[in-house]
Amino acid sequence: MYFVVAGGGEVGFHLSKALLEAGHEVMIIERDHRRAVWIEEQLGSVVINAPADEGRYQIQAGCHRADAVLAVTGDDEDNLIISQLAKLKCGANRVIARVNNPKNEIVFKAMGIDETLSSTRVLMGVIEQELPTGGFMPLMPLTGSHLELIEAEIAPGTPPAGQEVQNLGLPTGSLIGGIVRKGEILHAHGDTRLEVGDRVIVFAPTAAEQEVRKALFG
Amino acid sequence: MNVVIVGCGRTGAFLAELLDQGGDTVSIVDIERSAFKRLPADFKGTPVLGNGTDMDILRQAGVDKANAFLSLTEGDNRNLMAAQIAKKIFGVGQVIAKVNDPIRAATYRGQGLYTFSRTTILGTLLHAVLSGDKSIGPNLMREAMKHDEELSAELPSVKR
Repeated sequence: MYFVVAGGGEVGFHLSKALLEAGHEVMIIERDHRRAVWIEEQLGSVVINAPADEGRYQIQAGCHRADAVLAVTGDDEDNLIISQLAKLKCGANRVIARVNNPKNEIVFKAMGIDETLSSTRVLMGVIEQELPTGGFMPLMPLTGSHLELIEAEIAPGTPPAGQEVQNLGLPTGSLIGGIVRKGEILHAHGDTRLEVGDRVIVFAPTAAEQEVRKALFG
Repeated sequence: MNVVIVGCGRTGAFLAELLDQGGDTVSIVDIERSAFKRLPADFKGTPVLGNGTDMDILRQAGVDKANAFLSLTEGDNRNLMAAQIAKKIFGVGQVIAKVNDPIRAATYRGQGLYTFSRTTILGTLLHAVLSGDKSIGPNLMREAMKHDEELSAELPSVKR
């Protein structure tokens, strides 16, 4: 696949390196001359030394024919404008923006940039998985939606132990994708009874995470 | 009229003063506390310290009740982001962004934002003055120079 990486900072550089190693084609747009020269020494002729927020350089980099444009500078305002221009001026197929301030995820969505990645949120997710949170683990956000995947282990003495799925009181818009019991995956029907030790996989709106936690832990 | 201005640079502070004197309610946002020194001592509006692309700061500045919003910092992208937040999230009626790159200014004008480029405005004005254009050049220059005179008249006189 062909990727245009806007911004050759730490994230842009290592991302490009990984993509190249995986056999993809990459073009990096980096504003700073010395940084651009350095990247070229490391990765070869895969850099345009230009501002990524100008339409003509986006076209020069081939944003219009790229499989995805990745806006990964350290500034949210730059990533927003780079993403919008790639869509408006180049008709880019797919744009993914890095969001440094997690609060800006909704701003980007309101402005037509649906695919965002917040390093803060990813880190928070990893840390939450590492911490003992009573068997409740938000596994990952689902790209391009307001949904996330949650895993929860049913603990003894909690309301869902011995309860039927239909009576759990999960928030609307959430769905049990499956139940892992003794290493086997089970379908979750309305009348499936949960047992202690079951691991329940739930798709739920990110905003409803606390309600899901309440339904599965009391 | 309730007006929110992002960027208390020379232009932002100057406009804030004009609006304030004209009886409008002005809040002006800047990330640097020292920028507010540009405001006159009798400024009745509200200075708000913080990032103008942060929704909470803008809310604090009263963007949800604003009739007009102007984004006048030195960063084109920052201005465009702040202006879009005002327009698309808070639904402010009149939204103006300073975008010095003429191409970007034109692109976002097509998206319903009122953008202007200092580069083309100043260039067009100077061209009009040079070529003796009677319609815009002299009028605009006269207004601008009047403000210059007023501003310098306000300075205390220095005894030598």
